[in-house]
Amino acid sequence: MPEPRELTYMEALREGLRQAMETDERVFLIGEDIGVYGGAFGVSAGLIDQFGGERVIDTPISEAGIAGAVTGAAMTGMRPVGEIQFMDFVTLSMEQLVLQAAKVRFMFGGKATVPFVLRMPGGSGTGAAAQHSESLENWFVHVPGLKVVMPSNAYDAKGLLLASIYDDNPVIFIEHKLLYKTKGHVPEEMYQVPLSSTNVAREGTDLTVVATSVMVQRALEAAAQLAGEGIEIEVVDPRTLLPLDDAPIIESVKKTGKLLIVHEAVGTGGFGGEIAARVAASDAFDYLDAPIRRLTGKDMPIPYNRMLEYHTVPQVENIVEEARKLAQGAY
Amino acid sequence: MVDSVQAIAKERAAELLEQIGPETAREMLQVMWATRAFEEKAEELYGLGRTHGTMHLSIGQEGSAAGANYALRRGYDYLLNHHRGHGHMMAWGSDVNRTMAEFLGKEGGYCRGRGGSMHIADVERNNLGANGIVAGGIPIAVGVGLSIKLRKTDQVGIVMFGDGAANEGAFHESLNMAAVWDLPVIYYCENNQYAMSMAVERAFTVEHISQRACAYNIPGETVDGNDVLSVYDAVSRAAARARAGHGPTLIEALTYRWRGHSRSDRQLYRTRDEIKEWQEKDPIPRFEARLLEAGFITEEEAKAIRDAGYQRIEEAVAFADNSPDPDVATLMDGIYA
Repeated sequence: MPEPRELTYMEALREGLRQAMETDERVFLIGEDIGVYGGAFGVSAGLIDQFGGERVIDTPISEAGIAGAVTGAAMTGMRPVGEIQFMDFVTLSMEQLVLQAAKVRFMFGGKATVPFVLRMPGGSGTGAAAQHSESLENWFVHVPGLKVVMPSNAYDAKGLLLASIYDDNPVIFIEHKLLYKTKGHVPEEMYQVPLSSTNVAREGTDLTVVATSVMVQRALEAAAQLAGEGIEIEVVDPRTLLPLDDAPIIESVKKTGKLLIVHEAVGTGGFGGEIAARVAASDAFDYLDAPIRRLTGKDMPIPYNRMLEYHTVPQVENIVEEARKLAQGAY
Repeated sequence: MVDSVQAIAKERAAELLEQIGPETAREMLQVMWATRAFEEKAEELYGLGRTHGTMHLSIGQEGSAAGANYALRRGYDYLLNHHRGHGHMMAWGSDVNRTMAEFLGKEGGYCRGRGGSMHIADVERNNLGANGIVAGGIPIAVGVGLSIKLRKTDQVGIVMFGDGAANEGAFHESLNMAAVWDLPVIYYCENNQYAMSMAVERAFTVEHISQRACAYNIPGETVDGNDVLSVYDAVSRAAARARAGHGPTLIEALTYRWRGHSRSDRQLYRTRDEIKEWQEKDPIPRFEARLLEAGFITEEEAKAIRDAGYQRIEEAVAFADNSPDPDVATLMDGIYA
């Protein structure tokens, strides 16, 4: 049997973009420095050579304009894929995304569709400090009408991207800078990973860890370490945060009786609170053998210094320690 | 301020009237009366406690709406409207019944009562909606223009906004993008002299908002917004330019709202004399006079057109009254596709 084909997360995204553009004229790319430059992180490298500047559109530094461009184009028959260079800069797009794109369909009585994808890299770990390292996903989770997707591996990156492009709603697609170079099995054909389909990334019996984005990879590493100690963690990856498919999370907690939630974004007002609330309000409550725990980014901006930055967000050893304590009955 | 704008030449006005033709000209006049009647009825219904929210009346601005919309291929081109947009709904040819029903929050309204006055849209006819956010439609127009360009149609997008919107950052980003890509978009600014209470003299250093076009190297033009033909002329030329692939135009139409910004307005920022002065420039009798002079209508017909405009609104109210309230069971319809 041949080795399964491997691509990086970034190559998987690029292949998804390329295949969507090859097969559908409605799909085009728009963003800052996505053409000849290839995007700040290189996701769109080379696509301008294949599709030209008319479909790989470099914009001035105008994030509100980009958000408006994808909204207006989507409302009039296109399927644009926009790029916000760093997730932090989406703060400059918020009016168009929150008050326009998310709401026009509802406000117009269900009579408009806004099928765009807005990609953006979030997260820390690159020494880019406080204004280039944000994890703002929960800002969008709080806005009905948007979908929020966070792929944690190369396979999902391509499959979720294609599903997002063909979804008829505005999708905020949050990539992670540290995942771009991670490799995984990625089939060559076009395939979709359905939105709102929570994935059990690793089965286990002692403890459920719900993690998002890069934290899924860290939770899997922690699980591998703890397996050596006889602690079996089940790692659950929501993949789509909004609308959330919570049934697999609730089922998992009913099986393990313990829940740890891990995300990079700051804890207060974070997505972990939503997971905790849903589990606590579900029939899984009766199965809980310990309090629900959260391990999140600290309630602070991301610092520059390498060591300080490292200690601001959950790392593998933090997950190992917290999971071990929870599994062993420390709470 | 309006005095600083040159009136349209007589010959040009005659040429445009001939181009429009008597039938359409009469329709435009009736739409203007219907708009005024709609706004007066809206005010009356509000007074009777029949409406739920606030509203932004366009009395005094009917000429701007009629001139701009009729210069386009309504239903084929794209319209992005603003919060003072009842007149644009009607001038675009969207159904008055469903507009009134939406204003009254009924299931039979364009948005099934979900949108209300500030969000009425007629998506099927490329009327992409009024907007509750000042400058909210301006960046969307960039996307509309891009889409037209990529789909290679000969459509044009027009985005209506007020003087206040020209001071939002989104205005700059969007006009620049439309200009660098030569997008087929008309930026149509209805300068009614006040952004709520903020007078244009206090909010701009330029004499005319259209001067800002020079920052994007696109044509900018200020017209008498209370003269239907001046508006029609400017928008027609901008549309032709857009269709020819030469890009966007910024048009500023000078006009005036006779009523306050919304129901909360006590109008402490302007004088009665100023309002009176503008009421003397009422766009409807001015257009009526043109049609009389051109022999398109008689005095008798002018009266009949006015009455028909008012009568149309009575019918619209009857339609809205007969439309049910939305069913609470459908509360969460339409959030996602």
